[in-house]
Amino acid sequence: MPDAGVLRVTCTLNGRRSVLEGHPMARLLDALRSSGLTGAKEGCGEGECGACGVLLDGTLVNSCLTPLAHAEGASITTIEGVATDQMLHEVQEAFLEYGGAQCGICTPGMVMAAVELLSRTAEPTEEDVRVALAGNLCRCTGYMRIFESVLEAAKRR
Amino acid sequence: MIPLLDKYQLVVPRSLREALDDLAKHPSARPFAGGTDLMVVLEAGHLPEGRYVSLQNCPELLGIQALDGGGIPGHRSLGEGVSIGALTTYTEIQRSARLAREYPLLGVAARETGGVATQNRGTIGGNIANASPAADTPPVLLVYDAELELMSASGIRRVPYHGFHRGYKNMDLAPGEIIGRVILPSRSVWLPPSAFARSASADRRSLGGGWSGGTSDQRGSYYRKVGTRRAQAIAKVCFAGTIRVDNGVVQDTRIALGSVAPTVIRALATEEALRGQQLDSNTIAAAERALLSEIAPIDDIRSTARYRSRVAGNLLREFLSSALSPGPLP
Repeated sequence: MPDAGVLRVTCTLNGRRSVLEGHPMARLLDALRSSGLTGAKEGCGEGECGACGVLLDGTLVNSCLTPLAHAEGASITTIEGVATDQMLHEVQEAFLEYGGAQCGICTPGMVMAAVELLSRTAEPTEEDVRVALAGNLCRCTGYMRIFESVLEAAKRR
Repeated sequence: MIPLLDKYQLVVPRSLREALDDLAKHPSARPFAGGTDLMVVLEAGHLPEGRYVSLQNCPELLGIQALDGGGIPGHRSLGEGVSIGALTTYTEIQRSARLAREYPLLGVAARETGGVATQNRGTIGGNIANASPAADTPPVLLVYDAELELMSASGIRRVPYHGFHRGYKNMDLAPGEIIGRVILPSRSVWLPPSAFARSASADRRSLGGGWSGGTSDQRGSYYRKVGTRRAQAIAKVCFAGTIRVDNGVVQDTRIALGSVAPTVIRALATEEALRGQQLDSNTIAAAERALLSEIAPIDDIRSTARYRSRVAGNLLREFLSSALSPGPLP
């Protein structure tokens, strides 16, 4: 059991075996961004805004509240890992078509929260979408186009 | 960015035994569960420096298990009841069919706790140990007469949850001791499972719970959190209650509140003002006076003492009115 100092965390990052390094209590968000994956954003740094959302073993987490040590052995999906090859995810396609993104800062977190919702709910209602995205703040859109994007993405699956 | 991390250690023991030994060896070390509170405090620069011990490799602290007359070693026989591991997340609580059936207010409160990402990582034990007077679930644990199983290298100790919070952020928790499991005793004594025909799962407002039975024996439960907005808010006032009414007379009731005192509180004087009384407007007024006498709300960044008192009284009235006219909640 190693004490403090630099921890080497082995994990599966967007499908590839990877090593993240840092203090065990460092934020997963910072480790990801230092590794070049800057899609996850820091909005509030306190779990209120959802802009840093990633999937940890398939469940949505705020990477600003996840210590690096808790990523050991985990499978992590960031916004960079949502599209496959040259294909955007349905959620990304729908955000483009329905105007779900404006300035873009909240978009990675919104997409990750929507991807998680669709992974566990095949036919979400608008209420399901609102609940799933309740932890994600957007200061541009007024949310309606985001909700419409997610509902449309669900229909296309 | 977060402050200098070299003042902190976070170790991840490979088992519960190793974690408890580590905590015993380092008496100032503190347990670390989902991190949804501690990481916020860290980033704000207020986390006490020192050693933190992650509990994430402790399967003994996971899962929602039925207690069938003491099936778990070390438990005294309880008849039926439920044991919830301290590392159980709010998402897991919401997905438990057993909890929804027998302890419906727990799932209602879990849905009110942060957003999905917080519910996926935040744990019931961590929420208790964070000891916020504004926590959403602890009032529910009080109305269900929860007990805590406290674990340390030297053994297991069991205490009633009521009384565990001795003052603001002050708990009946010794150095080296962690909250291991939360025990909910059987409700069959006064609220048989059949009383919960209605689930609160579809409820869109913060109101939750349900009512059943005819006029001769009505049982119900109620939960409402009042915050600035529906999602993600920290409570200004939170109210949980269960009640049993027979021919208009209150047979028994449990009432607990958050954000109106230095800890979450059980409203014992209010319960006493109701128990054995005809549930009419005089009784309700007396209960409200009792409630206002036993809460001690303050002015802070989220609300004022005056607003909190007013809302606490209104929630009590709403709770009792719904007991007077059972049926689907609005």
